[in-house]
Amino acid sequence: MRRFLRPGHDPVRERLKRDLFQFNKTVEHGFPHQPSALGYSPFLRLMAIGTRSGAIKLYGAPGVEFMGLHEENNTVMQIHFIPDQCQLVTLLDDNSLHLWSLKQHSGASELREEHRFTLKGPPGSPPSATQITAVLPHSSRDVLYLGTESGNIFVVELPSFRVLEDRTITSEAVLQRVPEDYCNRRSCELVEALREHPKNPDQILIGYSRGLIVLWDLQNNKATHHFLGSQQLENLYWQRDGSKFISCHYDGSYTQWPVSSDNRQPEPLENLVPYGPFPCKAISKIYWHTTKNGLPYIIFQGGMPRASYGDRHSISVVHGSQQTAFDFTSRVIDFFIIFSSEPTAEFDDPSAMVVLAEEELVVIDLKTAGWPAVHPPYLASLHCSAITCSHHVSNIPLKLWERIISAGSKQNIHYSNMPWPIDGGTNIAPDPPQRDLLLTGHEDGTVRFWDASGVCLHLLYKLSTVRVFLTDADPNDNMNTLGEDEWPPLRKVGTFDPYSDDPRLGIQKIYLCKYSGYLAVAGTAGQVLVMELNDEDAEHVVDHAEADLLQDQEGYRWKGHEKLKTRDGPVRFEAGFQPFVLVQCQPPAVVTSLALHSEWKLVAFGTSHGFGLFDHQQKRLVFVKCTLHPSDQLALEGPLSRVKSLKKSLRQSFRRIRRSRVSSRKRRGGSGNASEVQEANAKFDQDTLQEMELAPVQRKIEARSAEDSFTGFVRTLYFADTFLRDSSRHCPSLWAGTNGGTVYAFCLRVPPAERRMDEPVRAEQAKEIQLMHRAPVVGILVLDGRSTPLPEPLEVAHDLSKSPDMQGSHQLLVVSEEQFKVFTLPKVSSKLKLKLTALEGCRVRKVTVANFGSCKTDDYSENDLAVLTNLGDIQIISLPFLKLQIRYPCIRKEDVSGIASCVFTKYGQGFYLISPSEFERFSLSTKWLVEPRCVVDMPEVTSNNHVHKSGMENAARKS
Amino acid sequence: MNRPHRGAAGSRGLGTMEVKSKFGAEFRRFSLERSKPGKFEEFYGLLQHVHKIPNVDVLVGYTDIHGDLLPINNDDNYHKAVSTANPLLRIFIQRKEDADYSAFGTDTMTRKKNVLSNVLRPDNHKKKPHIVISMPQDFRPVSSIIDVDILPETHRRVRLYKYGTDKPLGFYIRDGSSVRVTPHGLEKVPGIFISRLVPGGLAQSTGLLAVNDEVLEVNGIEVSGKSLDQVTDMMIANSRNLIITVRPANQRNNVVRNSRTSGSSGQSTESSLPSSTPNILANFLQGEEESDEEDIIIEDSGEPQQIPKAEPTSESLESLTQIELLHESTQNGFLPSSEMNHSAGSISMEYEVQDPNHKSLEEDGTIITL
Repeated sequence: MRRFLRPGHDPVRERLKRDLFQFNKTVEHGFPHQPSALGYSPFLRLMAIGTRSGAIKLYGAPGVEFMGLHEENNTVMQIHFIPDQCQLVTLLDDNSLHLWSLKQHSGASELREEHRFTLKGPPGSPPSATQITAVLPHSSRDVLYLGTESGNIFVVELPSFRVLEDRTITSEAVLQRVPEDYCNRRSCELVEALREHPKNPDQILIGYSRGLIVLWDLQNNKATHHFLGSQQLENLYWQRDGSKFISCHYDGSYTQWPVSSDNRQPEPLENLVPYGPFPCKAISKIYWHTTKNGLPYIIFQGGMPRASYGDRHSISVVHGSQQTAFDFTSRVIDFFIIFSSEPTAEFDDPSAMVVLAEEELVVIDLKTAGWPAVHPPYLASLHCSAITCSHHVSNIPLKLWERIISAGSKQNIHYSNMPWPIDGGTNIAPDPPQRDLLLTGHEDGTVRFWDASGVCLHLLYKLSTVRVFLTDADPNDNMNTLGEDEWPPLRKVGTFDPYSDDPRLGIQKIYLCKYSGYLAVAGTAGQVLVMELNDEDAEHVVDHAEADLLQDQEGYRWKGHEKLKTRDGPVRFEAGFQPFVLVQCQPPAVVTSLALHSEWKLVAFGTSHGFGLFDHQQKRLVFVKCTLHPSDQLALEGPLSRVKSLKKSLRQSFRRIRRSRVSSRKRRGGSGNASEVQEANAKFDQDTLQEMELAPVQRKIEARSAEDSFTGFVRTLYFADTFLRDSSRHCPSLWAGTNGGTVYAFCLRVPPAERRMDEPVRAEQAKEIQLMHRAPVVGILVLDGRSTPLPEPLEVAHDLSKSPDMQGSHQLLVVSEEQFKVFTLPKVSSKLKLKLTALEGCRVRKVTVANFGSCKTDDYSENDLAVLTNLGDIQIISLPFLKLQIRYPCIRKEDVSGIASCVFTKYGQGFYLISPSEFERFSLSTKWLVEPRCVVDMPEVTSNNHVHKSGMENAARKS
Repeated sequence: MNRPHRGAAGSRGLGTMEVKSKFGAEFRRFSLERSKPGKFEEFYGLLQHVHKIPNVDVLVGYTDIHGDLLPINNDDNYHKAVSTANPLLRIFIQRKEDADYSAFGTDTMTRKKNVLSNVLRPDNHKKKPHIVISMPQDFRPVSSIIDVDILPETHRRVRLYKYGTDKPLGFYIRDGSSVRVTPHGLEKVPGIFISRLVPGGLAQSTGLLAVNDEVLEVNGIEVSGKSLDQVTDMMIANSRNLIITVRPANQRNNVVRNSRTSGSSGQSTESSLPSSTPNILANFLQGEEESDEEDIIIEDSGEPQQIPKAEPTSESLESLTQIELLHESTQNGFLPSSEMNHSAGSISMEYEVQDPNHKSLEEDGTIITL
C-alpha cells in the first residue's frame, strides 16, 4: 500500500522545498503596452508613464523602477507630480483622481495609492460640469486646480481631496470684464490649460478652448489680464521670467503674448504659422526655453502641413536658424524637456527632450550639435520588429560578454554620449550575480542581444541575417537622407519598424554556445546559419549547402513559400557574429528545432518534413532523415494550413471585438451610473452565455493515430555523449523527437581532433522509440550515472561543470506533451513515468532543467524540471524521480502568446511576453531573484524653491 | 505466481499427463508434466516441433471434459486445458488459413460429432450459414461496466478498450450545466456532457454511453472544476484505456446492484466494501498497470519490440523474466513473424496476459459488449 501514499508527506523534504522554491513575478522589461500619459518631476528626476490598462510606472536612474496599478484598469489620462513632494496625482478616463506616494518601507521605497477622488457637481448638473480637462498642482503643494469642460475651475485641498467651494473660479466671474462682442461669440468653453506664473504663485494663467486666455489673481479672486485669442487654443507655456507666454493653436500657429502691468488687454507680440502658408495641423503642445546665448528653444508638437505631411507624428525643435522636425514612428503621446531647474539659474538651458511615442521612448540630446538621440538604458522597444522567438543563456563568460558589447558599441556610434538624463532615485539592489543574455529573434531577420542580468533589459548588440540573402528591399535605403533645403526639415527618429520586408527572413530558433562563441540561427524559410564572433569587419563568402529532407518522397508539390535567394560572391559583414555556413532545407519549411554542438562542430535542424545533421567544420551534410508520414498531405504541401488558421484567427478577432465591446462599455460609464453599467454588463454576459448554450462548443475525443497530420514535425533535437549501443562504450549521439511521439537516436562517429578535417563524420540510426500515446515529444534529456543531466558541450572543458559520470548507467528522459518517461540506456526499458495529462488535464508547453540553490545553505543545490503547461501553470518536477514538487499559476491560460513566448533560465527564472513589447520576468527560486529595489529620497527643500517649476507639472490635457 | 491449479496434483501418480495431438490426418502422442505445464508459447513451439511444421501458423484447440472444442491461445486457457485434462489432453491443430472458427464454442456439446466432422472435413461445413465473428484469439474486450458494486446506482463507470481495435473512440463532449442537490437547495453547476456519438465508433457500438450523459470522472479523476479543454486532454491522454464515469441521461437501464449475476465476482468481491477510496484507487492503478504495454523500440533497424519495464522490483521479478524469455524465443525464430508484427498497432494483448495482476475476463465479472 506504500505506493498509494500521496507524495509530499516527508517533513524534511517539505522544509527543503520551502528553502528552494518560491514564485515571484519580479519585474516587467521592455516598453509599456499602450502608453497613454507621461509625467516628469524635475525635483525627483523621475519620469512616470501611465497606460491604457491603468498601470503607472515610474523610472529614474537605471534600476530605479516602480509600478502601480489602478484598481479600475481604466486609461490613465494625465499624470502630475506634486511640486517638491514624493507624490503624484493621476487622472483616469472615468474622471477619478488618484493620489500616489513613494514611501520608504524597510529600506526601500514603494509606490502606493493613498487616496482617490471623483469631483461631484451640484445635483442635477450635467456630467460635463465636472469632467476634468486640466489639472494644476499648485506650488504651495496643498491645492489642486481642476479645470473642467464647463469652464469652471474647482479647487481641492491635498491630500484630503476636500473641495474648497468658496475658491471655485467660475466662467461667469472670468467673463465679467471681457468685451461684450468677444464674450458673445464665445460663451462657456472648456478649460484647455492651467499654468502657474513662474515667479508669482498667486497668479495663474487660464486658457479656454475657444481662444480666450486669462491671468487670474488668486489673492483678489479676479482676472487681471485678458488675452483675446482668435484661434482655438491648444496649450500655453510661460517664459521663464514670467514676462511673456506662448500659446499654440488648432490651426497650426503659435502666438507670443506680453504680460505687463500697464496693459490689461494686450495684443499678441508675434503670431506665426511655422509650416504655413497652406493649412496646417494643430500644434498641440509647445515649450519655450531660454538659453544663455539669447536664442530660445521653441519646441512644439504637430503643426505639419495638413495635405502633405498630415500623417506624420512630429515634434519640431527651433533654435535660432536651426530647425528640425523629428519624425516619430508612432503617435506621440506626450513629451517633456529637461532643463536647469535651479531656482537661481537665469536661463532654462534645456539639455534633453524626452518623447513618449506610442511604441517607443525617444530621448534627444539638445546640448550636442546635430541633436543626436540618447540610447535609453531601459524601456527598450522589444517589438520594434515582432518577436518570433527567444533564447536565454545564463552566466556568460566575461570574455564573450566584452566582445559582444564591443561589437554592439560599434553599432551605436550615432547615439549621443550624454549620460542618461533621468537619474532620480538610488538603486540599492545587489549587483546581479552573473551575466545573462536574452536573445530575441525577430520577424525582420534580426537577433537582438539583451543584457538580462539585472532589472534593466538593455540592448547590447543587434545582429541582422538579411545580408546573406537577396531581398527586394535594399538594406541601405531605409534612412531617408534629406537635402539641405528640404522643407519641412523632417528627421526620422526611433527604431520601431513593424513592417517586415520579407516574412521568410523571420528567426525561429536560436542557439548560442557561450564558450565557443558559435551561434546558430534558423528561420522561416528553412534557412540555418552558423556564425562565429569576429571582432573586425570582414568580407567573405558564406558556404552554402542544401538539405533535401524529402529524399524518398516523390510526387509531392510544396505549396508554401520559396526558399530565400542567396547572394553570390563575398559579402561584407560588420564586426560581431558573422555567418560562415548557410544550410537551406528543402522544402523550405519553417525550422522547428535546432541544436548545436560546438565541440563536435555539428549543427542539427528539423522541420515538419524531417531533420538533418551538418558538419560545420568540414562544411558537409552528414545525413538527413525524413520523418514525414507519406500520407501527410498537409505537412507535405506546406503552410496551406494557413487557410485553417485564417479562419481561426477571424473567429478569434470576432470574439475579441465582442469582448472589447464589453470592456468599452465599462470604460465609458461615468461615475454616477457605474452600478447601472455593471448591471448592463452582467446582462450582456448572461446573454452571451445563453447564446453559447444554444451552440455549444464541442470537443472531439479521439486517440492520436499514426495517420494524424504533422506527426513528422520535428519538435526537439538533442546531442548527448552516452551509451547508445552497449554499456561499455559511450559515443556521441543525436536524438530527435517528433510531433507523433517518435524518438530517433543516431549514433555518431566524430573523428578525433587531429583527423577532424580528414575523416567524415558518420551517423547511423541506432534506436527508434515510438511512444504509444503518440503525444508530441517536447524534450529529450540524458541523465548520467549520478542522475545529473549531461553538461553542455565545452562546459566541462571550461571547468564549469563536473565531468559527467560515465561509469554508472545512463538514463533517458523523454518529455512528451502528456507524459514524462525515464528509460534505461543502452538497453531501453521503461523505468519511471509521470502521466501529467491523465492526472491533471494539462499539457506540457515548455520544459527545461533548472538548478535550484537553497537560500539557507550555500552548498546545497539540485536539478529539477521547470515545466510550463498549456494552462499557464508552472510546475517543478524532481529529477530523477519525477515527483511533482510544487505548482504555481503564472500565465492566464487564454494568453496563448504569453505561454508560447515563455523561456526559462538555467537557474529557475523565466520570461514571457505580457504584450508584444513587454517581458514579464519571474523567479521560481529563492536564491536567484532579479527585482527592483531602490530608494527615492526627498531632496532638501529650500523655502523659496517653489518658484522653479517644470513644464510637465501642468501638462497638457491631451494624451 | 501462477494460479493454483485446481486438481493439478490429480489422480495421476507421477503428475505426468498424456497428450494426443492431431494435425490433419496425423497424430502425435507425448507427455507433459502436469504440475509444470510451462507456457503456451513453449507448448506451441513443442506442437510445431512434434508435427514438424515449424513455420506454419496454426490454431490450437482441445476438447474439454464436456466434449466442447475450445481454443488454446494463451497461458490461461492452456493451463485450464492442462488442469482439466482427464486423463488425456486431446489437441486439435488446424492451419490458420483454413481454420473454421465456428467450430469452437461452449455450446458444442450437442453438436460434438458435427464439430469433429467439421474439423476433419471443413468443406462440408459450407452449407451452414454461421455468423463468422472473428478468430477466437482475436477476441478482445471492447468495453465494460466496472465497479458496479461501489458506485451509486445512478452512475455508470465505463471502460473503453481502444487498443487492438481500429475503431475510433468516436464521441464528442461539450460544456453544460446540471442540477445538484446541495445543502442550500438545488443548484445549477457547470458540467461536461457527451454531445455526440459518431456512428460506428467505439462509444456508440458499446451502447454504454449516450448523448447527454454527464461525465463525472475520467480514469478516476473528477472533472468538476476542470474546463472542457482539460477534460478533452485527459480523455485523449487516457484514450488507450479510457474509464469514464457518467451519470447516464437515461436512468432506466441502470445495473441493479443486488443481482450478483454479472455485477461482481473475483476482484470486485474483495472490494465490495461500500465505496471506499483506496479500493477505487486500487482499481485504477490496476487499470493503469494494464495499459502499461505502450511504447515500442526498434534497435538498429531491427524488428519493433515492446519496451520492457526496467529494474525488477521484488514483486515483478518473475514477470520480467518471463518477458525476457519471450524475447529470446522471438529471436530464435520460434514464433512466426506475423505473431510479432506490431505494425498494425495491436501489440498488447499477448504480453498483457502475463501480467500477474491481470484478471481474466470471467474473473473480472465484467460485461462484455461486442
